[in-house]
Amino acid sequence: MSNEPLFSSGHTACAGCGQSLAARLVIEAAGANTIVVNNTGCLEVFSTKYPETAWGVPWIHSLFENAAAVASGVEGALKYLGKKDSINVIAQAGDGGTADIGLQALSGMLERGHDILYVCYDNEAYMNTGIQRSGLTPFDSNTTTSPLGAQSLGNIRPKKPMPEIAMAHGIPYVATCSVGLTQDLQRKVKKAIAIKGPKYLQIHVPCPLGWRHEPGLTIQVGKLAVDTGLYPLIEYEYGKLTGARQIQPKPVQEYLKTQGRFKHLLNNPQELAKIQEIADNNIKKYNLKAESQTGS
Amino acid sequence: MKEFQEGSKAVADIVSLCKPGVISAYPITPQTHIVEELAQLVADGKLNSQFINVESEHSAASVVLGAAATGVRSYTATSSQGLFYMAEVIFNIAGMRLPLVLTCANRAISAPINIWNDQQDSISLRDSGWIQLYAEDIQEAVDLHLIGYRISEDKSMMLPVMVCMDGFILTHGIEVVDMPQQQEVDKFLPSYKPLYKLDVENPISMGLLADPDYYTETRYAIHDTMKDALTFIPKVTAEFAKVFGRNYNGLLEEYRTKDAERVIVSMGSVCGTIKEVVDELRAKGKKVGLVKITSFRPFPAAAVFDALKDIPKVAILDKSVSLGSYAPLAVEIKAAFFAKKKAPKIISSFVAGLGGRDITKDSIKEVFSLLTNKERPCEFIDLKPELLRESYE
Repeated sequence: MSNEPLFSSGHTACAGCGQSLAARLVIEAAGANTIVVNNTGCLEVFSTKYPETAWGVPWIHSLFENAAAVASGVEGALKYLGKKDSINVIAQAGDGGTADIGLQALSGMLERGHDILYVCYDNEAYMNTGIQRSGLTPFDSNTTTSPLGAQSLGNIRPKKPMPEIAMAHGIPYVATCSVGLTQDLQRKVKKAIAIKGPKYLQIHVPCPLGWRHEPGLTIQVGKLAVDTGLYPLIEYEYGKLTGARQIQPKPVQEYLKTQGRFKHLLNNPQELAKIQEIADNNIKKYNLKAESQTGS
Repeated sequence: MKEFQEGSKAVADIVSLCKPGVISAYPITPQTHIVEELAQLVADGKLNSQFINVESEHSAASVVLGAAATGVRSYTATSSQGLFYMAEVIFNIAGMRLPLVLTCANRAISAPINIWNDQQDSISLRDSGWIQLYAEDIQEAVDLHLIGYRISEDKSMMLPVMVCMDGFILTHGIEVVDMPQQQEVDKFLPSYKPLYKLDVENPISMGLLADPDYYTETRYAIHDTMKDALTFIPKVTAEFAKVFGRNYNGLLEEYRTKDAERVIVSMGSVCGTIKEVVDELRAKGKKVGLVKITSFRPFPAAAVFDALKDIPKVAILDKSVSLGSYAPLAVEIKAAFFAKKKAPKIISSFVAGLGGRDITKDSIKEVFSLLTNKERPCEFIDLKPELLRESYE
């Protein structure tokens, strides 16, 4: 690797931004021989405000929803030039740009079989526009468009099952990871890059501003999401579950209490039970519970 | 080599001769024959290109954006709703100064849904920063694609070009076409050498956020290049004439206007019909003529002024209308004469041919006959009053 950083400091992300850390980990794992296509969103805005850029690799941003399609064109052009085998293409976006407005373009990219790694930085709401709910906002989360009120406890729906939606396209590799577990994240990026074809990686990236947690707690909050079973770290290869990070499940309160967006739930046993059920279902579905620790 | 060819096939053939490395499109009538033909050329191994079938026009435009940014000549085609679905990307491509050629097989806009020809689709994207060239016949459509790539990729331009050809009339019509030979095409259009591209050897960032300190200049720069295009386009068409022997001005064409008292201004295939009517009326001693606008963007206001300043009566025939205002081409022509000492006494505006309604020779004759001393701000030709009564009741 050259001395030039692939993702420099000095950008304008908020203190404790999980996405900026994850973006650096991704590009450092992928290496300099990578072209990055970015949807509109926080990452794009804070890393490339003219006349500055944080990117040490070729990088392009077009629109909110078309990174997957632009990347398809980049990959097609590289194939035409006979350079695809030596250059990685990464398309990346936030959760709204992936699960909502960009889902169609993503589906097209996955279905067509392009050799592209798609990375979704999941901070669970439209943070760039001011914390509006997205299809990946968790149940009961308090956002500016799923606010608390006399008749509202926050977001009314659970997260859209994006990894399963991606997997249903029959692609070779789908994985989730967390910025709280950096080695696991980079291992999955490297694994994905080494596989030909479309890959989908979803990274849980705490957002201190939107989630209302201390900026210094980003890693810890990320780990707690994993350790409670609310953010299962899984790997699918050709539709088969081949990896699930084992945990000693902690009660969901441990995670929820760190964040202002869930504050209203802490004294609401009924709602806490619903969220615990989401975690329990994940633990069961993906067999997350570490066997050596299962005494009961 | 001259042969009878369907317009779409002829366009596919010239695009193929331009050797695009990436082609992406989504099916929409009446554009489909073009990309079907290109898909076949790729399938037969006659064209070395990545043909990327996408799930929408938004992605088709995004794919060619990405390919052009990677430094590869690219192509797409669409019509009507497809162009509108692309609209966001269309503006983006121009804003990023990426060279491209797109064929717009002109078609009406929904609702009501209508697959037939008018020019409301491309006209609606006139402010996108694309050079827009309108073809009169299949030969011109073919030539404008080649000319389009040449203009688009020139370092002084770096703007995308939309070649507009009337849907069905030109895409599905059959005419004798003189198809350029590969050798001549290669001479006229050298391989694409990008000014900047996504390249791991020389990493750059493209598509950055520009705040109020910088945004205005990016728009000004496109506007400025558009002005330069008014001199650059005729330069390229002059070169084209040297190689291929066909003479286009590229901005506009004056047809029997020298001593004319009444002139119609229009764009696209209807200009062929107007020429026929002009010939007929001329044979009867009427002093009539035509000004055909080829380049709607950039709009050649100075050339329009020169062509029409001594004509007493001018009629503008639009195949589109700006609902709640006037007809788009008419607005441009009138603006070209604003506060000018020399100007036609009468500039009347007519709308016809919407949603594929035929503009017949009689329609054209009616326009000439309505070109009296009474100025008409926006008159619809061949309107059926009985249908209007029905819809109002």
